Amino acid sequence: MDLFEYQARDIFAKHGVPVLGGEVAETPEQAEAAAEKLGGRVVVKAQVKTGGRGKAGGVKLADGPADAREKATAILGMDIKGHTVHKVMLAQTAEIEAEYYVSFLLDRSNRTFLAMASVEGGMEIEEVAATKPEALAKIPVDAAAFAEGLSRTKADEIVAAAAFPAELADQIAETLIKLWDVFIKEDATLVEVNPLVKTKAGKIVALDGKVSLDENASFRHPDHAELEDKAAADPLEAKAKAKHLNYVKLDGEVGIIGNGAGLVMSTLDVVAYAGEKHGGVKPANFLDIGGGASAEVMANGLDIILNDPAVKSVFVNVFGGITACDAVANGIVEAFKLLGAEAGSKPLVVRLDGNNAELGRQILVDAKLPGVEQVDTMDGAADRAAELANAH
Amino acid sequence: MAIFLTENSKVIVQGMTGSEGMKHTKRMLASGTKIVGGVNPKKAGTSVEVDGTEVPVFGTVADAMEKTGADVSVVFVPPAFTKGAALEAIDAGIGLCVIITEGVPVHDTAEVWAYNSAKGNQTRIIGPNCPGLISPGSSNAGIIPANITKAGKIGLVSKSGTLTYQMMYELRDFGFSTAVGIGGDPVIGTTHIDCLQAFQDDPETAAIVMIGEIGGDAEERAAAYIKEHITKPVVGYVAGFTAPEGKTMGHAGAIVSGSSGTAQAKQEALEAVGVKVGKTPSATAQLMREIMESL
Repeated sequence: MDLFEYQARDIFAKHGVPVLGGEVAETPEQAEAAAEKLGGRVVVKAQVKTGGRGKAGGVKLADGPADAREKATAILGMDIKGHTVHKVMLAQTAEIEAEYYVSFLLDRSNRTFLAMASVEGGMEIEEVAATKPEALAKIPVDAAAFAEGLSRTKADEIVAAAAFPAELADQIAETLIKLWDVFIKEDATLVEVNPLVKTKAGKIVALDGKVSLDENASFRHPDHAELEDKAAADPLEAKAKAKHLNYVKLDGEVGIIGNGAGLVMSTLDVVAYAGEKHGGVKPANFLDIGGGASAEVMANGLDIILNDPAVKSVFVNVFGGITACDAVANGIVEAFKLLGAEAGSKPLVVRLDGNNAELGRQILVDAKLPGVEQVDTMDGAADRAAELANAH
Repeated sequence: MAIFLTENSKVIVQGMTGSEGMKHTKRMLASGTKIVGGVNPKKAGTSVEVDGTEVPVFGTVADAMEKTGADVSVVFVPPAFTKGAALEAIDAGIGLCVIITEGVPVHDTAEVWAYNSAKGNQTRIIGPNCPGLISPGSSNAGIIPANITKAGKIGLVSKSGTLTYQMMYELRDFGFSTAVGIGGDPVIGTTHIDCLQAFQDDPETAAIVMIGEIGGDAEERAAAYIKEHITKPVVGYVAGFTAPEGKTMGHAGAIVSGSSGTAQAKQEALEAVGVKVGKTPSATAQLMREIMESL
């Protein structure tokens, strides 16, 4: 889960990382009050989970509460790269003398964690990595730091590798130690400060931050639940989540239900290839109903997909592994009973293979469900589903 | 022969007495796996009857190993306790620890990996969030259905469970030496490379199917490894060409971040080293079929 800047700021503050005063606002009135509270002169920053908001006009300086209200009015509701601005952060201002970059992240390739640091702050770090790779220091952080915290020695090593100015070494090392606390104690997969600034007064401050949290660790962070951005979630995704379904909305026309993440991803690809021959139709969603595939789960999944107005046909692709195909077929029959008339509203192509496939196919043949047809192979079924989507 | 798991493997189940653990212990026993015990500190000294077989329950992995000679552990404990279970297995020095559990925090997995590395990697870890591995006809450690296919000469390594089953099914008339589901998490123990290396060294494996998916750079690294070290034919498949950037597709590790981790890049890396990559699972199976028929 990626956090908004204001949420990252709050988490930084909680762990003692130096930040400027900041408040979040959802209306111009709240923005005005927040500016008042912060002392008048503030920066009004669009809260969107994408880069380039400055260029898009989503960051503006306000010289007082009334101006903050005006600037917030302009920014709230803006569209930045497809993200609607629902919130702004009001932040105290600082006189910036230099901009740096520091982060901790998961290093998948080496199965460990990595610190990255650079004196080239303020721009996208991918750009620094591409244009001036020598300016980006990468230092592995070893296992001892999981439990004991980041040692001062390791922090000094990062500072030295990035060649931060000597007079800032202490402050930056202390900040790194606190950022590591954020990373470990909050189960983050990314903690990034960009820019980390040196103010005219010589202070180090985290001016903007990105934090990604590991949702698998939510059982030990009940407080993380409230960080979720419910407003931005697609309504179908929100509905699926409430039913504990693993669903991602996409922009095509063929609704997809399958079992197992890998098989469903593969199904999306196979449908997209098939769609090339059928008017360019594409998969409408990712939906993994998992191993069980009970009637209830099947009904919940079908309900969500049939309620997607973009969906023109549905492809149910199941490989019976642990779950037998006759159980899946019975699940589809029961789902049709649960859903009533809605169930037959769009053509449904079913491919059952694997454990008890013959039995499962026969159950569907006998049930004579409206709009349901079967194709025995995944590629053939994908082709048929794409053809049906294109015809409707 | 096979890799990692043979008919002589003695398997214990951590979390055997839980519902998932019990369900799959039954399935493993039914497919001929030598299950020699379960581990549950609260039920040490008791035994559980599983479809007519008495399986003793031990308090610790170390105790189970001492009393039974177990060399493989399969972990079914819930995510919050998985790190502890894995650390215990490593401390006991077990040869293979297969972590089936889905939803383990990535910090925990990284910590387990670091701990194992510090101890000299005596324990091979597979998973987490994986279906385990099967050497058909010999042994089955995990949740892969044993009735899909028979023993044969194809080696399979995959990030995905159901794609593993699908591929085994497509090539069921040839059979498999070992199929390893390495798991879909961002950090996993055994990698594509480890399996490729083991299949290369296994005289019973004639050709290898490698299944990857979006996220990370494991497939690209595997491609580089294949170029240098693998002489057996390899066929590849990559899932997730249509996955949008920044969205997790079911598996915690299956995410395209910016321009990295795309299926396109993985396919190109594999093809650049001469690996034929199928457009669909069936097309991939067909490529392997042609190779097996020409051997």
